[in-house]
Amino acid sequence: MAAKTAGMPSQLPDSEQNQKKDNTRSLTMSGHVGFESLPDQLVNRSIQQGFCFNILCVGETGIGKSTLIDTLFNTNFEDHESSHFYPHVRLKAQTYELQESNVHLKLTIVNTVGFGDQINKEESYQPIVDYIDAQFEAYLQEELKIKRSLFNYHDSRIHVCLYFISPTGHSLKTLDLLTMKSLDSKVNIIPVIAKADAISKTELQKFKIKLMSELVSNGVQIYQFPTDDETIAKINASMNGHLPFAVVGSMDEVKVGNKMVKARQYPWGIVQVENENHCDFVKLREMLLCTNMEDLRDQTHTRHYELYRRCKLEELGFTDVGPEHEPLSLQETYEAKRHEFYGERQRKEEEMKQTFVQRVKEKEAMLKEAERELQAKFEHLKRVHQEERIKLEEKRRLLEEEIIAFSKKKATSEIHQNQSFMVPGSSLRKDKDRKKEPGYRFELLCFDVRACETSDGRTDTEEGRGAPRPRGGLGSVWRRSQGL
Amino acid sequence: MDPLRQPPSPCSSRPSSPRTPSCEMLGYVGIEAVLDQLKIKAMKMGFEFNIMVVGQSGLGKSTMVNTLFKSKMWKSTLPGLGVPTPKTLQLQSVTHVIEEKGVKLKLTVTDTPGFGDQINNDKCWDPILGYINEQYERYLQEEILITRQRHIPDTRVHCCVYFVPPTGHCSLRPLDIEFLQRLCQTVNVVPVIARADSLTIEEREAFRRRIQHNLRTHCIEVYPQKCFDEDINDRILNSKIRERIPFAVVGADREHLVNGRCVLGRKTKWGIIEVENMAHCEFPLLRDLLIRTHLQDLKDITHNVHYENYRVFRLNKSHVLPRGPGWVNLAPGPAPSPASPQATPRTMKVCRWTQDNSDDEY
Repeated sequence: MAAKTAGMPSQLPDSEQNQKKDNTRSLTMSGHVGFESLPDQLVNRSIQQGFCFNILCVGETGIGKSTLIDTLFNTNFEDHESSHFYPHVRLKAQTYELQESNVHLKLTIVNTVGFGDQINKEESYQPIVDYIDAQFEAYLQEELKIKRSLFNYHDSRIHVCLYFISPTGHSLKTLDLLTMKSLDSKVNIIPVIAKADAISKTELQKFKIKLMSELVSNGVQIYQFPTDDETIAKINASMNGHLPFAVVGSMDEVKVGNKMVKARQYPWGIVQVENENHCDFVKLREMLLCTNMEDLRDQTHTRHYELYRRCKLEELGFTDVGPEHEPLSLQETYEAKRHEFYGERQRKEEEMKQTFVQRVKEKEAMLKEAERELQAKFEHLKRVHQEERIKLEEKRRLLEEEIIAFSKKKATSEIHQNQSFMVPGSSLRKDKDRKKEPGYRFELLCFDVRACETSDGRTDTEEGRGAPRPRGGLGSVWRRSQGL
Repeated sequence: MDPLRQPPSPCSSRPSSPRTPSCEMLGYVGIEAVLDQLKIKAMKMGFEFNIMVVGQSGLGKSTMVNTLFKSKMWKSTLPGLGVPTPKTLQLQSVTHVIEEKGVKLKLTVTDTPGFGDQINNDKCWDPILGYINEQYERYLQEEILITRQRHIPDTRVHCCVYFVPPTGHCSLRPLDIEFLQRLCQTVNVVPVIARADSLTIEEREAFRRRIQHNLRTHCIEVYPQKCFDEDINDRILNSKIRERIPFAVVGADREHLVNGRCVLGRKTKWGIIEVENMAHCEFPLLRDLLIRTHLQDLKDITHNVHYENYRVFRLNKSHVLPRGPGWVNLAPGPAPSPASPQATPRTMKVCRWTQDNSDDEY
């Protein structure tokens, strides 16, 4: 197959490059070299790496997708029954690891949830197309990275799409046709007739023919099993004639004869899943897994992915041939775009820097303003406080003067009092005169209540007089005194 | 160049995430038939292998290649037949398609006559490095095309066999060390002691130990590289090989009768050296390594590690190229090639153009 000739070193002049084809010649060996182990080496490496297979199941809810997958792989993948009431079609992907002898398979099943359930089915197939494109995109991104690790990469591109057709017996539904038409250039489609136990054999034949002719007339390209390798060409060709496969899925076991087989039991009989007379399940399993898994993956990578890549890169503006029909390398266009991008980014950075600086300046000014205000306030308050203080000082001074004056007065009054005691006669005489008028005479006793605070000496004298010492403010107490 | 060439990560490892549950299959499904499918596909596509032999003239490189593949790849030159020693290092490539038991192998052997033959051998590795990098460049250019070919022709050198002259001396010569140091970062190198029939078994062992010591001192990682051993089995297998590297080999393409059997060997007055006899020389080890057990591994490491390193270096370098006439003509690979840098990209572009043309004709 490797028809492309080997490269020659750069030292050879260009004219000799045309002869390069002739230098590749066959050689017979005179002994056993031993490279027939090469395929084994390749296989060993693949076993070490593990395999990866992704299946997309498209079909209406309840048509038997999960059951068929369970039956195909002879396992019970945990899956819940989906409801019919989803507003949009969603895709649910689940990955499982299977192992058979020394083959590790990473199987991803992608189910369409809610397909065909909506009343308005216009948007039904778009999510599926988007999902497939997203997987291609992820792979493309990984491939275009500078530091990439493709050998480590978990390939999530869809390798095969099983399209479930409901067994009406008449023809393809419009939704089916539209969906398959939009998917046929992106993925390998294998149409299957689900729940095939609902159709009789004769009806089935007619149905299959009708389906295939409809697909052909609408230009839908379904996956054809490859017929270029002699070992599998015959079987593949015959299988191609059996498309679409009418399948029945079941994980329940029923006793038939003396064996337990997977089957569906009806009152009128038992439909055996693995019986070739009853349905095409065995054919599907053989074709899908045993014979063509590698080819499906190969087709996905070399045909569908390359197509996607080409379209995507052309969309982005890369071409292989420049405007003057000289070969333009991807690298150069990529560089051009990169420089453009960098220039743009630099410009934006400058802009942002300037806005940032501007904002910082504004904020600074604002803060300075606020600071100044605060300072002014502070000054003002300080002044006010100062004034208050002065006033209070003033008041205090006045008060103290008053106190001094008062205490002086008190001292003088006391002296007078004492003097009046020492000259009783005069006062008696005065009193005798007054005796004629029995009555009471109120003596004014002025107490300086503040004496207890200002000087203790006075309090003693007052106590000595035995006068009651009222507390509290300055006050005068009148003492009732009998006329003396 | 070196800071960008970081130690490459190991080749392949099975991606396993903790979230993928492993399921028990209740019966036989037939998944393992995929192995047969792989085999069929591989047989149909055929294999490619590119090997380069480097060493001074007279060390028996061409004979060795002939012995390895048991066919007359080249006319092995006998000394004194008037073949002039090339004045400069030239690279010659020859491609053959050989088939065995249904397996087709497209083999390309690159010879380097004139290596180390001059008086001044300074920078004699440059053309070789340039050639190797050019093959990487070619592959890279193919890979980044918009419309790619289905199968990109692989001309990258998968293995370089370096012939060490059997001096039996204390160490590798400075030329050897320089060359090996540079080349081990770009390509898988398998050093061999050439013309080992001039050393006795003890001398061979001593020489081998010294060479191994030298390689370790200068941090030269020859194939099989330690850092690419994936699991314990690989390590055990490869450490056995590493103990015996460099192999002491003898090449011969004539057959002689020994004990009634026809064997490949060299006939001398004192006996016949059988090439495939393990007691005589280690040629079977070399052959097994290169062809029977590690061929796929050589290709994998070249593709996953060396090529990726080159690609990273290339793509990183190109983005620092300034705008202007400089970046339109992409400079060739990192090693300065003897051809002018301006000429090579143009010839490469012309190459691709003619190739595209030929595609159309097909």
